[in-house]
Amino acid sequence: MTTKLFGEPVQRREDARLVTGQGRYLDDLGPGALAAAFVRSPHAHARIKDIDVSAALDVEGLVAVYTWEDLPGALAEPLPLLIPHPALTHGRTAYPLAKDIVRHVGEPVVMVVAADRYLAEDACALIEVEYEFLKPVVGVEEAAQGVHLVHEDVPGNVGAHLVQEVPSREGRSAAEAIDAAPNRLEFRLDIERSASMPLEGRGVYARWDADDGSLRVYSSTQTSTSVRMAVAAKLGLPLPKVEVIAPDVGGGFGVKIVHPWPEEILVPWAARTLGREVKWTEDRREHFVSSAHERAQVQHVRVGFDDEGHVLGLDVTILHDHGAYTPYGIIVPIITSTQLLGPYKIGAYRVEFSSIYTNTVQVTPYRGAGRPQGVFCMERTLDRVAAYLGKDRTEVRAANFIGPDEFPYDQGLIFQDGRPLVYDSGNYPESLRMLKELIGWDSFPEMKARAAAEGRRIGIGIGCYVEGTGVGPYEGGHVQVTSDGRVHVSTGLTSQGQGHETVFAQIAATELGVPIERVSVVTGDTRRFGYAVGTFASRAAVMSGNAIALACRKVREKALRIAADALEADPRDLEITDGIVHVAGTPSASIPLATVAVLSNPLRYAFDEETKRATQFSGTSAPDRPPVDEGEEPGLEGRDYYSPIRSTFASGMHAAIVETDPETAEITILRYAVVHDCGKLINPMIVEGQIHGGVAQGVGGALYEKMVYDEHGQLLNASFMDFLMPYATEVPRIETAHLETPSPLNPLGVKGAGEAGVIPVSAVIASAIEDAEGIPIDRMPISPSDLHTLRLRLAG
Amino acid sequence: MSEETTRHLVTLVVNGVVREAAVPARRLLSDFLRHDLGLTGTHVGCEHGVCGACTVLLDGEPVRSCLTFAVTVDGHEITTVEGLARDGEPSPVQRAFTECHGLQCGFCTPGFLCTVTAFLRDNPAPTEEEALEAVSGNLCRCTGYQNIIKAVHRAAEIQAETQVRPGDREGRA
Repeated sequence: MTTKLFGEPVQRREDARLVTGQGRYLDDLGPGALAAAFVRSPHAHARIKDIDVSAALDVEGLVAVYTWEDLPGALAEPLPLLIPHPALTHGRTAYPLAKDIVRHVGEPVVMVVAADRYLAEDACALIEVEYEFLKPVVGVEEAAQGVHLVHEDVPGNVGAHLVQEVPSREGRSAAEAIDAAPNRLEFRLDIERSASMPLEGRGVYARWDADDGSLRVYSSTQTSTSVRMAVAAKLGLPLPKVEVIAPDVGGGFGVKIVHPWPEEILVPWAARTLGREVKWTEDRREHFVSSAHERAQVQHVRVGFDDEGHVLGLDVTILHDHGAYTPYGIIVPIITSTQLLGPYKIGAYRVEFSSIYTNTVQVTPYRGAGRPQGVFCMERTLDRVAAYLGKDRTEVRAANFIGPDEFPYDQGLIFQDGRPLVYDSGNYPESLRMLKELIGWDSFPEMKARAAAEGRRIGIGIGCYVEGTGVGPYEGGHVQVTSDGRVHVSTGLTSQGQGHETVFAQIAATELGVPIERVSVVTGDTRRFGYAVGTFASRAAVMSGNAIALACRKVREKALRIAADALEADPRDLEITDGIVHVAGTPSASIPLATVAVLSNPLRYAFDEETKRATQFSGTSAPDRPPVDEGEEPGLEGRDYYSPIRSTFASGMHAAIVETDPETAEITILRYAVVHDCGKLINPMIVEGQIHGGVAQGVGGALYEKMVYDEHGQLLNASFMDFLMPYATEVPRIETAHLETPSPLNPLGVKGAGEAGVIPVSAVIASAIEDAEGIPIDRMPISPSDLHTLRLRLAG
Repeated sequence: MSEETTRHLVTLVVNGVVREAAVPARRLLSDFLRHDLGLTGTHVGCEHGVCGACTVLLDGEPVRSCLTFAVTVDGHEITTVEGLARDGEPSPVQRAFTECHGLQCGFCTPGFLCTVTAFLRDNPAPTEEEALEAVSGNLCRCTGYQNIIKAVHRAAEIQAETQVRPGDREGRA
């Protein structure tokens, strides 16, 4: 069956290979490749005095040892600062291998290449690096005092400072609005570090073809096109001589959008230098100390509001810990400070952030990318407003909602894409109504009373968010119908488990009227599509989905034109069903799409029975016209791009019921409910899966996950033994409901869904614990021992 | 030749086929399967026995191949994810994970599949609680486990319908 596959829970086409062990992840490639391993800094801040590699030289199978001094040309320069911003006055990036100074534990100092990883690590262990210790700067507040510096030339450790202010409609500043408000509150919130932590770490595998002078690089990345440009630039190779492929990728969640990683340019360089295949596969400890983290912020909030709970003025000052370097610019704090406003219209808003260097692993986007912090801030604020006024928390939210008839709604800020923060569509009151019904909000007080009568403490919490998705600048799609009737779709962005092969095939099958079995999809392979941005910001379905739909429409139009010629019909009377072009209502007047593909490419030489139709004596082309007409191209294929004016804005609301143990302070999530609106659903099964995964990561962030640095800058819990990610036993059953408010901005009406699930979870759980305990919760995550301490403090 | 590089012959049955390779004593079973035998379906997520991605069946029982030396399984039988399908047909557990959308990136999946295969062999009709417990030693960062739990129950159903126990072919020792 064909046609209407858009919107259906089609089973994934990726799974057949992935459940049989036939997936090809980075480390599955290149069985004969040499292995790279790295000597990494054991110190958070130190000057390199000497590197002695002599003991390593006797290791059997050793091929090469490289330090910064060995790196030629652009390789010896600092890594790119990917997203410059005028407020990032002191952006700093690392060298591929440390030059003189190391600024966090895990920074690469020496690269070793050997016959296999065991031997490469043997050699690493024998290399002696002599360090002179410098004072480590740990903790964002300590760093902000600027007593000791992470970078000598960055005063106060301040990488960036940005203020955005939106006055009220009456022209009042946030400070004025707060001061004039009938009620005021002021408090502080703390958010810990976590990390994307995909089950597959990073990895790079490179093959140099000396005869061809070309390089093929495989990387476990979220952006193969951009890695390609960076590798070509760093190695001084012509772009057409470099191809980059993202194979099956074992999860990304943000961390793999950063590029080029030191290893991503060093491994290809070593492959070219040595004329051998070289591969590096990150191990788990390396991932903890040398990739990237996210989340850590301290927020100071001042809010003024009226007696109905309308927020009249909000002033938020954020200290953002961005670690030792800023390769990804200040995207995370920009998103926090803009998306903080959520589904609300507030009187006047001022937000100020300082992005601060510390001697810790760099901070770059992790699923949610600054939004969980912003939502934590806004939702904790509204809960406090409700508590202060003695109002229901949902009432205070409803009082501040942007109305369904107020779109497009301009928040007056500049978003992460450098464009105005204008919401495209949404229906927040309806979301809230659905959520309250789903969780049973209005009947909860009785449930709570019943539980209390049994000596149990339960609480209910809520969190709302708006997520800018489908951020530009563009993506493209290429669609080719070959003479066997198969449809080959490619797009440049990559996949890390989102099911793109399935949803893009659904789009193509629907647009072209072909059975989905005939459609194949390739992502993240620069040999197939060279122009792309990458997979992040819940953008793939919006960007590539629409680009592929547009490319299909071009192909469809051409197919109908050619078929109309062949059938002597009007193209407007033609339809495509099950891969056959036919006159609407007259199935007998038809021509298979495969034949149309043959006819689209005038041939001199036939290679099978079918293609004889397109040769020059077949009589299929009009003798008075050129075989390829003006403005036409041979072949039944199309390419198009989708470049939106600005982001789409998905939204959602979550609620949870938690139980806290009066004795042990153990926190259990009894129920978890999600209402989600990402516009039109392409595949509801896959969207639900994305939400489930996001919520699970949110539960980790709310209750378990944090990076514990000591005062020396040592990460104390750099293993899965100590960094606690949720197992199945920690994630509650997730109840979901969908609202579909189409985006007016794109042909498919879709918004993104990838990050949504994680965004409000910490806010929701804090809200529920606060309701159960009657103690203000102002930090995340919160562990049983944290809660126990809070209880003692309150009792004392 | 040093202790690190002295090779030992390891002979074992993998997915029903006798395989042999000479490897250093320190070679992990996970690396042995992946790099010496070319069976890359077994994945390595942490190399310290916590995530469970590397789980394989050793004489029918789930073990963490990243915590096992290859030389210690000489003479034993191993089933990896590549050996779960029979006659080219996916096993009930493989089918159920597909039907229920029990995987996203697929990296942790081989470990879950092996774990669940052994579990359902021993407990073909698990309760909700038992199914949850069975998969609670494996980490997944994508799915939030919702559909994995569903897949365990669905696999039990398929298994019952087809009357083929997925674990039978492992020939438990």
